[in-house]
Amino acid sequence: MSGATSVPGGGTPAAARGGPAGTPAPRRRRAPFGAPVVLLAPFLLLFTACTLIPIGYAVYLSLFSERRSGLGFGGATTQVFTGLGNYARALGDAAFRDGFWNTAQYCLLYIPLMLGLSLAVALLLDSALARAKRFFQLALFLPHAVPGIIAALVWTYLYTPGISPVIDALNSTGAQVDVFGHPLPAIVNIAVWEWTGYNMVIFYAALQAIPREVLEAAVVDGAGPLRTAFSVKIPLIRASVVMVGLFTVIGSLQLFTEPVILHDVAPGVVSTWTPNMYAYSAAFERNDYGLAAASSVILALVAAALSFVVTRFTRGRDEKRAGKRTPKPTEHRTETAR
Amino acid sequence: MSSTLTPVRPAADTAAPPRRRPWTLSKTAVNGALVLATLYTLLPLGWLLTASAKNTADLIGGRSLGAGNFHLGQNLHDLATTGDGIYFRWYLNSLLYAGIGALLCALICVGAGYAFHVYGFPGKEKLFGVVLLGVLVPTTALALPMYLLASQLHIVNTYWAVLLPSLVNPFGVYLARVFCAGYLPGETLEAARMDGASELRIFWSIGLKMVMPGFVTIFLFQFTAIWNNFFLPLVMLSDNRLFPVSLGLYTWNAQTHAFPEYYPLVVTGSLLAILPLVIAFVLLQRHWKAGMTAGSVK
Repeated sequence: MSGATSVPGGGTPAAARGGPAGTPAPRRRRAPFGAPVVLLAPFLLLFTACTLIPIGYAVYLSLFSERRSGLGFGGATTQVFTGLGNYARALGDAAFRDGFWNTAQYCLLYIPLMLGLSLAVALLLDSALARAKRFFQLALFLPHAVPGIIAALVWTYLYTPGISPVIDALNSTGAQVDVFGHPLPAIVNIAVWEWTGYNMVIFYAALQAIPREVLEAAVVDGAGPLRTAFSVKIPLIRASVVMVGLFTVIGSLQLFTEPVILHDVAPGVVSTWTPNMYAYSAAFERNDYGLAAASSVILALVAAALSFVVTRFTRGRDEKRAGKRTPKPTEHRTETAR
Repeated sequence: MSSTLTPVRPAADTAAPPRRRPWTLSKTAVNGALVLATLYTLLPLGWLLTASAKNTADLIGGRSLGAGNFHLGQNLHDLATTGDGIYFRWYLNSLLYAGIGALLCALICVGAGYAFHVYGFPGKEKLFGVVLLGVLVPTTALALPMYLLASQLHIVNTYWAVLLPSLVNPFGVYLARVFCAGYLPGETLEAARMDGASELRIFWSIGLKMVMPGFVTIFLFQFTAIWNNFFLPLVMLSDNRLFPVSLGLYTWNAQTHAFPEYYPLVVTGSLLAILPLVIAFVLLQRHWKAGMTAGSVK
């Protein structure tokens, strides 16, 4: 694709001038011949091999079913084209639909909680009153250094009566806490613990990038700290909030590690508790690759649809707000002057 | 920040005294809330630290740690000897997957990001758009088809099966392009071109050096991602001598029901498994903050 740069042209060293980015000065093209190809090829090859081809292969596999000829043992398997049959089987399976229902409940609880918490902590850290900002940032970020599987293990132990000091302390006060009877909040808590600090750092970085004059103007206009946070700071870092929201939605759909660990101890978490667990069990417990591929494709399509909705919805709001926001400060000023 | 400026606004819709009170209160409130949030993130790690010094009976009995029952040394010894020291083999595997994978991945990403920043070619922004779309692909949805492809190629259950997919990070390419735009002054490249350096030479000895902070950032994030990855090795590997730590601990944890003596092994093994990343994040604060900033601003 980038081989098209090999337009023969004046190859003098002086021709190698021109802006570094974007400006395709025709005289410049001969000098970098080959270099962009060499630099881009490793990534593009691996991207093709590990992203594009698997997507295509998943779609292909999802259209076939394996049929055993003969009596099972050692009998040759033949692939039979079944069209959308695997999709119908996946969507017709109550376990698969339950997985989506569990994920939806998880998203409804987890996303507002985590986004709210990380925004709140970022705003607190951004306020002039906070002390030891470097320490807090590091300490809050640290769970990101813990592999998801270990976070899930540690929290599972902290949920287990007998092992957990927290549960034991609660039980000794007479409150009978049964975490494993309520797997959804238990899993949400693990995810909140893992991701709040990470996203807080993103929000904090964006807050620090807000020009100081803007905040001073807000103060001059009489906005208190809460008003500044909600009417100035949060709207200004909306791009970051949208990006984090998008990645959180995509990540939530792939929920796997935490429920797999809880599956061992919480009876409510079945082996097909999320769509991803369903695909895994279809492939490795039932050896039904067509069904596994179809459910992976459905999951990816849902992720694509949700990303589209998130970006579309927020972009629409962006445009509306952008039109509105400019007159706002003056409007406010006349109000206070009155 | 506003206390010096507040007198500027004389009359507000609300009376002055009730507004001042939350202001003075909030200094303790703000820092108190931050301390609470920090306790939430650090206490589970603190529990892991103390639990790793307990033996099976104290761990399951929930007895608190004292000088008399400090068994960290015994636990480490068990960790090193169980299954012929398989744990440290997993540890080395993790270092290998994450170290080599992140190094190559960072190099590949910086190369691609540099090319996107420096050169103009037809269809460049379209291609970059495809890369950005790649960021949104759910990686676990790819793992199963990748496993089936790998089994066709007979590389399932080899180092390659985990290493190769770890080299791809579209977000790293995006970050690398942002870093190149920030760190690479066009004039320097021009000067090198005037001196007759070849384009690849310019990338290798000037471009790469100048975006080194970005390189370290991408390396750090990819190292973390590979070290923490669980689904891909779970799908790809069945030979436990190829397992990374995450997968090894998972298989041990599955045995704790039948054999409670695995509990201290899992706990102590978990503690050791998070140490390299905790140390890296403490030492390289500038780099991960730079990565988060570059990712957040656009």
